[in-house]
Amino acid sequence: MPADRRLERYLDHAATSPPRPEVTAAVREAMEVTFGNPSSLHRKGLEAERALTRAREEVAGAVGAGPGEIVFTSGGTESNNLAIRGALRGLDRRGRHLITTAVEHPAVLSVARDLEQDGYRLTVLAPDARGVISVDDLGRALAPDTVLVSIMAVNNEVGSIQPIAEAARLLGEERTKGPRPVLHVDAAQALGRIPLNVGELGADLVSFSAHKLGGPKGVGALYVKRGTPLRPLLAGGGQEGGLRSGTENVPAIAGFGVAAHLAAEELPAVMAELAGLRHRLTQAVREQIPGSRLNGPPGGEPAAGLARPGTAAPHIVNFSFPGAPGEVLLHYLEEEGIYVSTGAACSSRKRGRSHVLEAMGLAPEEIDGAIRVSLGPRTTAADVDALVEALARALADIRRFTRR
Amino acid sequence: MNRVLLIKFGEIGLKGGNRRFFERVFIQRMKDALTGLPGELPWIKRTRGRFVLDLEHWPAGPVIERLGRVFGVVELAPALVVTAELGAISGAARQVLEEALAEYPAARAVRFRVASRRADKRFPVNSMELNRILGAHLLQSDRELKVDLHDPEITVEVEVREEGAYAYARTYPGPGGLPVGSSGKGILLLSGGIDSPVAGWMSLKRGLELEAVHFQSFPFTSERAQDKALDLARALAPWAGGTMRVHLAPFTAIQRSIRENCPGELGVTLMRRMMFRVAEALAGRAGAGALVTGENLGQVASQTLESLAVIAEASDLLVLRPLVGMDKTEIIDLARRIGTFDISARPYEDCCSLFVPRHPATRPRREAVARAEARLALPALLEQALAGVKTVDAAPR
Ligand SMILES: Cc1ncc(COP(=O)(O)O)c(C=O)c1O
Repeated sequence: MPADRRLERYLDHAATSPPRPEVTAAVREAMEVTFGNPSSLHRKGLEAERALTRAREEVAGAVGAGPGEIVFTSGGTESNNLAIRGALRGLDRRGRHLITTAVEHPAVLSVARDLEQDGYRLTVLAPDARGVISVDDLGRALAPDTVLVSIMAVNNEVGSIQPIAEAARLLGEERTKGPRPVLHVDAAQALGRIPLNVGELGADLVSFSAHKLGGPKGVGALYVKRGTPLRPLLAGGGQEGGLRSGTENVPAIAGFGVAAHLAAEELPAVMAELAGLRHRLTQAVREQIPGSRLNGPPGGEPAAGLARPGTAAPHIVNFSFPGAPGEVLLHYLEEEGIYVSTGAACSSRKRGRSHVLEAMGLAPEEIDGAIRVSLGPRTTAADVDALVEALARALADIRRFTRR
Repeated sequence: MNRVLLIKFGEIGLKGGNRRFFERVFIQRMKDALTGLPGELPWIKRTRGRFVLDLEHWPAGPVIERLGRVFGVVELAPALVVTAELGAISGAARQVLEEALAEYPAARAVRFRVASRRADKRFPVNSMELNRILGAHLLQSDRELKVDLHDPEITVEVEVREEGAYAYARTYPGPGGLPVGSSGKGILLLSGGIDSPVAGWMSLKRGLELEAVHFQSFPFTSERAQDKALDLARALAPWAGGTMRVHLAPFTAIQRSIRENCPGELGVTLMRRMMFRVAEALAGRAGAGALVTGENLGQVASQTLESLAVIAEASDLLVLRPLVGMDKTEIIDLARRIGTFDISARPYEDCCSLFVPRHPATRPRREAVARAEARLALPALLEQALAGVKTVDAAPR
């Protein structure tokens, strides 16, 4: 392993993306200078409140929301919990039917399964072989008592971009079948990587996580469209418009604000750059590594517009190399200072196969041999080339040594 | 009135000529267990059939918790010691009863009895008489009490000895066994699995001092597999006298060489033979006289009698397999009790699971093994592995 960290090639940005210096500076300043409690009446409180307001405006601006529509939370997981459970509380049992998809992050899927235990009817939409959900399927699943639909914007394991705007339009049209269901979107992997505007998405609730775009861990946000019925999960001092009590994590939120601002500002350049690198990677793997398989949709074409639904986000690529267990491959690459993942960071530690790849219909051997490569703003062509070379070397070696 | 802890031990008392040695080791293990507690070490005295520890300046809770993990201890009883005189004995008996009563609801009658022993026959009252007198005395209480000789909830024990009289009403079981170090030293082959830590615990229980060896095969396994093995050693450390020495031995080169040069179905046999050789060399350095493994009979293909025999022949050392005789469910229960199960259950691949061939030889033949090993550069591989060993003393965090 290279002792020199500058020689490391971090290609696991979908697990977490390293904080940028502007972010750490903002966190530090909020800890050392604007350390007050935003609820305090004196000047220290006011300073902290201003830092909070500024971050709220930055996040709101990055996603096209009004500042009053942003609720800060402890991250993507909490945002998803608040969105789904909070909306159902707000809807006050108006209906008993929920719809989500088989490729959601556990922070959505296991909440939905819990609710099923509590008596809700749950429909889980299956993806196609590339990990994309069909709006037709959604239309068929809708029932008069459907109260909530939760679909992620970008899948975290294979990068598939889901047709959210189309789904939102469908829900609007189906209004005749009863009250319009609330649409929740987990956009943890979308912010800063593909264009994202909550108005254009047409969603009522959208979850964000700061650490996926170079912000601090343990902070995120939920966009709550004005008028959406939502009741809090945490009772207390009434912060965040009463939707999320608890003294605000000002340093992390300040860092999130800076990260969101930078991500929005740099998005066009970053997206084009990442899409180019992704193309370079998939191309090289296809040509140089026989027996490899790309899981998930192909990336978007610049001519047709990047980041269209049904294509892959520019930063996530998932490959299978049958015959080479993903975990072993990961450690081989690690020895060369290259960091990738076997799936979602939080699920890859559990024994058990990726539910996403399983839902896409991959064979067990293809699932076991899967790795996820995820790129970030500072990834270079040299990183990608080094990865492909290391992959080829590792695979040649592993296939000689594993089970025969 | 003084507070003491009575420490009852089991088999050490039976060890005839070796008794002094056993007792010295036992006292040392108790002192090891208590180091780190605030304050000077308390005195520990040997009296007839037991040890007595001064609790006057020591918190009983942590002392009992720690000594409860010292092998050799059969029972611990926090007691009051007074002069052997009826008035003083009654007072002590009342106090230990009151303390024990604190654990019972005041709303109902509590069943108790008195059990006295008169070891010092100069004491004028015999034990039957003493039971009666103390029982009658204790019944005069603010609490509602009932004497019950057959099914008491609390037994107030009184022992009249030459040096004084002891009274106690609460006892705590020890783990039994023999003090660590009284039976020599062994090297434990510690994987990340459920079995090997339990095997280690069982050999510690029979008085073996242990060092462990863990084989690493990065990048075929995770660096987390090493943390797991060290955490297992940390969990065993309180039973082992405070720390446990772990040798981390690099094993990847050996695995590669076996893979490249030998038939796949012998892979596991050859790998384990190499592990035994490395462990034997470490035993030589550590002055250990046995290897300890988590092997059992018949659980997996490599644990047939033939397989175990061929593997063990790689070393001249005695091999102890304490788990033979236990079912998997019993092993799991014990792993839970000694606190290693949750660590073993972490999911990282351990050393050889990737290398287990689809059809391992269940009856490896000696000649085939010898032929395969002739293709390996045994001395060089062994030397290389030993040169790369890193040693860590694992202590609880
Ligand atoms: C799609 C998706 N949703 C939710 C989360 C959870 O976010 P957090 O780690 O901030 O709780 C993640 C990341 O782990 C994710 O990729």
